[in-house]
Amino acid sequence: MVPLAHVLALSVTLFVIGAAGFVFRKNIITVFMCIELMLNAVNLAFIGFSRYLGNLDGQLFVFFVIVVAAAEATVGLAIIIALYRNRSTLNIEDLDSMKM
Amino acid sequence: MVVLFYIFAALAVIAAISVVAHRTPVYSALSLIVVLCSLAVVYLLLGAEFIAVIQVIVYAGAIMVLFVFVIMVLNAGREVPSHRSRIAHWLGAPLVAALLVEILFAVWQQFPAGSTRPAASLDAGPAAIGHLLFRNYVLPFEVTSILILVAILGAVVLAKKEL
Amino acid sequence: MAIFSDTGLLLLITLAKIAVVIVVLFTTIAYLTWLERKVVAHIQARWGPYRVGPHGLLQPVADGIKFFLKEDIVPLEADKVIYWLAPFLGFTLALLSIAVIPFGESFTIYGHTISFQITDLNVGLLFVFAVTSLGVYSITLAGWSSNSKYPLLGGLRSSAQMISYELSLGLAVVGVLMIAGTLSLRGIVNGQAGFWHVGGIRTFLPHWNIFVQPVGFLVYFTAAIAETNRVPFDLPEGENELVGGFHTEYSSMKFAMFFMSEYANMITVSCLATILFFGGWHGPLFGPYALRVILPVFWFCAKLFCFLFFYIWMRGTLPRFRYDQLMAFGWKFLLPVGVLNILATSFVVAWISSS
Repeated sequence: MVPLAHVLALSVTLFVIGAAGFVFRKNIITVFMCIELMLNAVNLAFIGFSRYLGNLDGQLFVFFVIVVAAAEATVGLAIIIALYRNRSTLNIEDLDSMKM
Repeated sequence: MVVLFYIFAALAVIAAISVVAHRTPVYSALSLIVVLCSLAVVYLLLGAEFIAVIQVIVYAGAIMVLFVFVIMVLNAGREVPSHRSRIAHWLGAPLVAALLVEILFAVWQQFPAGSTRPAASLDAGPAAIGHLLFRNYVLPFEVTSILILVAILGAVVLAKKEL
Repeated sequence: MAIFSDTGLLLLITLAKIAVVIVVLFTTIAYLTWLERKVVAHIQARWGPYRVGPHGLLQPVADGIKFFLKEDIVPLEADKVIYWLAPFLGFTLALLSIAVIPFGESFTIYGHTISFQITDLNVGLLFVFAVTSLGVYSITLAGWSSNSKYPLLGGLRSSAQMISYELSLGLAVVGVLMIAGTLSLRGIVNGQAGFWHVGGIRTFLPHWNIFVQPVGFLVYFTAAIAETNRVPFDLPEGENELVGGFHTEYSSMKFAMFFMSEYANMITVSCLATILFFGGWHGPLFGPYALRVILPVFWFCAKLFCFLFFYIWMRGTLPRFRYDQLMAFGWKFLLPVGVLNILATSFVVAWISSS
């Protein structure tokens, strides 16, 4: 059987890769995809703990995370479309209208 | 059986690095689909069969289709590398590696490899999840249905050309 | 048989089943093209393929040879990786969903029980839906990677149509699931054995789900036709509308793969309709043991053939929907009808189980 530490190691690796992409990428859609990657890493941690504690609640939480991620992706992509329509760019450096 | 976990874990990590590394959004989206499908296989290996199939149907089969649609409709092309800060350019990868090593160390300390044995086999079929969902978690279930309704309305209003 | 270990023997039997299924499937797809051309031709009062072999029966062979020998044209600006990936992905996924379809009962030979199904997942039905959802990508990516107007529009339209009708497809099946109580395809078929009893008297009607879920069947079949991009829902690949739709820029083998995956999807969806609503392999059984083993498979294939014939019959008869009519029909009619079906079925099931 796979040790819990290995499952968590995979989850942490995916989370850190997603976080790195979130910080370093400039295309707003890619940034959004890195957010989804981080959510999936967390889902994996939930499933791992559900397996090792013998408790089904972890899997149910993953169910809710997937549903909320769907709702968030819908609204986020609609915002991106509206943003593109107004600013004609997908580069977050050009979308930045703050003073500094 | 156990070796399958490591194969798909390696595939997930390679695909995740590919998501972050590709300059073209379409390749990133396709790599993310590979990550989602290999994670679904890992869920299956960890005994969560219903969640694995739901992950493929909802996440890889619907949410990512939405992403791919938006990328194609907005015609997102290759990303131009940014020239804002040289320090960030050189410090980036080492800092990420340091963060990764630090968190992995914390995890290893907390759960040494031999300490945890998995519990007795879990019945994670649709019936068991359904029982739990509609008895203990019926309130979050109803709230998420309202959440989805709000998301649909929001998306339609935000993406309309004129109200 | 004693020299093989248990897992080794299981692996060997599974590989043999996969080989048989693939060979049978390829032959079926090839001769489905022949059947389609013949039936549509006779509906249109002409002969169809007639010269290659008796009654054109060698036409699929000739077509196969033609596809292998044709020149493979790749557009200059096409995205090479995705251009190659799309047809193969579609074809692989179309073949993958056959893995959980049960074709008949199991039989025992030399003390080993072998069932007519490659693998029986206990979430088998959801697996088929998962593979169907991934099949949308093949069309979207094909349309986009061709780097040309008509394929892009055809690809986007087709994938929008497919994801819209996937919802109705899923909802239509929930009624059957409530009655069967399991997601395993073999379990759903096993629940349809025997005959309907009215007030203790055995009627002549078999215990098929079509008699208790007629609305569900209609919604399912309509959504299935839209999922497989067939007439009357085939605007995205209609010739007079969008040149060739998403497969305009494809030639020879990759084009053949798109067609084969369309037919394979048709077969999968018809198999599901048989299993969910028409009792799968149940039918009159008679004769010695060998005949009793083969007869269920024969009944399954007969029912499957009826569905495929119906698909082809519609192609020869109906005009196609306009795109906005198609989408309005899927979202404003089929989805609410599916939801109402679930509501009504759940009331009846709860009432019956409480009384």
